[in-house]
Amino acid sequence: MKKVITGNYTASYAAKLCRAEVVPAYPITPQTSIVEKIAEFVSSGEMKAQYVKVESEHTAMAACISASYAGARTFTATSSHGLVLMHEMLHWAAGARTPVIMANVNRALAPPWSVWADHTDSISQRDTGWIQFYCESNQEVLDTIIMCYKVCEQPDILLPAMVNMDAFILSHTSEVVDVPTIEQVDAFLPRFEPEWKLDPDRPMSFGSLSPPASFYMEWRYGIQHAMDLAAKRFLDESRHFERHFGRPWGGLIEEYRASDADAVLVAMGTMASTAKEAVDQVRAKGRKVGLVRLKAFRPFPSKELREALKGAKAVGVMDRSHTFGHEGPLFSEVKAALYNAPKRPAMAGFTIGLGGRDILDSTVVGLFERLHGVAERGVTKEVEWIDLRGAEEEVAR
Amino acid sequence: MVDKPNYRTWKDIPPMPVCWYPSSLGNPTGGWRTFRPIIHMDKCIHCALCWQSCPDAAIRWVEGSPDVDYDECKGCGICAYECPVKTIEMVLEVKE
Repeated sequence: MKKVITGNYTASYAAKLCRAEVVPAYPITPQTSIVEKIAEFVSSGEMKAQYVKVESEHTAMAACISASYAGARTFTATSSHGLVLMHEMLHWAAGARTPVIMANVNRALAPPWSVWADHTDSISQRDTGWIQFYCESNQEVLDTIIMCYKVCEQPDILLPAMVNMDAFILSHTSEVVDVPTIEQVDAFLPRFEPEWKLDPDRPMSFGSLSPPASFYMEWRYGIQHAMDLAAKRFLDESRHFERHFGRPWGGLIEEYRASDADAVLVAMGTMASTAKEAVDQVRAKGRKVGLVRLKAFRPFPSKELREALKGAKAVGVMDRSHTFGHEGPLFSEVKAALYNAPKRPAMAGFTIGLGGRDILDSTVVGLFERLHGVAERGVTKEVEWIDLRGAEEEVAR
Repeated sequence: MVDKPNYRTWKDIPPMPVCWYPSSLGNPTGGWRTFRPIIHMDKCIHCALCWQSCPDAAIRWVEGSPDVDYDECKGCGICAYECPVKTIEMVLEVKE
């Protein structure tokens, strides 16, 4: 059934449709309406779940892990400072191989306080062992949460996953979302039945000590191996998803008019929508430009990127976060993915839209102009902060 | 109690770090103890607070009375602290 709902409510509906059994929740702007809506579902009896009110996000994640250890399907949602407070427990969830699914509303970190779109919160959880997706639309939020439960709970995957959406641009914006019936989702998504769980009839110790000569490294390799498998499994399940629900979910990246493009931008999340508009504008003037949108940040789709960018002369990467003392983290990773490619394009990094600063189509058109310069004359400035007040003076100096 | 499994490679281990032989039963830890709890039974009122408060389940309840398992007891002294009639004495362990 088609509904007009916000990104946040879409995440709540997804949790309900997937029959999440335990939802530990702590409020934070701009995520709060996700867990508020779930609280409504639970109190009205529409959703049969344990709704656990906790004292912090760190505890919310600890409760998710514990519930998952007990064999329950778990869901939670957070944002920004909430996510970074969870940091320790994020490592634990991945190490414990508990397939917790979490919606994260991408919001900037303080100080100064900002509640607007910025990817620093989730990008800085890069090494925790979580699968990470960045969504472009509310529909994609719903479909990706279903896909994550489907893939992550499989016995050879068992990884937690974070489904990211940009603050306000998706979280508080209503769009038409095709919401399946719970019976449709039931037919796609089997029950979560882990082999390894807390069970009084089969007592086990979880997460005990592993000395250097024991199997710590092997367990860490297990996480890497599961990530590699997950990259393939999402593609397999995407085919099933499309057959079952009648709409595509796609792959780990999305290409937009990129196959014959000389200049290609790489972006994540809702920036990509604006960039598509800019691609159309620049194409209308006869220049070959395109976009590659990363949906998955972990597992990182290196192979797909090498294939998608093999014909480009210049590639620009839009980062809605920054690694201080270096450059945009996505820029680093895309460059690294292309380093051993037979033919490397010239590359430029654009740090843009921090703290929710608007990214206009005209701004992105400007990025394509820079990329044409890069294609013709090579890289003169590797990293640029876009729409930075005072950037012109800096260039002049 | 299940035998200790014989893992060789990363493929043999379960995906999550678990051990399914009860680790304290397989590994006596009484040697960690500095003070040994001695229960003087003449004053014991059989309230079972020591049994209840032992964090390691090292006090067993046998026919209505407490019985310390010295293979497991780490000598934390919580039982002595909790005992309402103070009949548990913590005695320094000495080399024989």
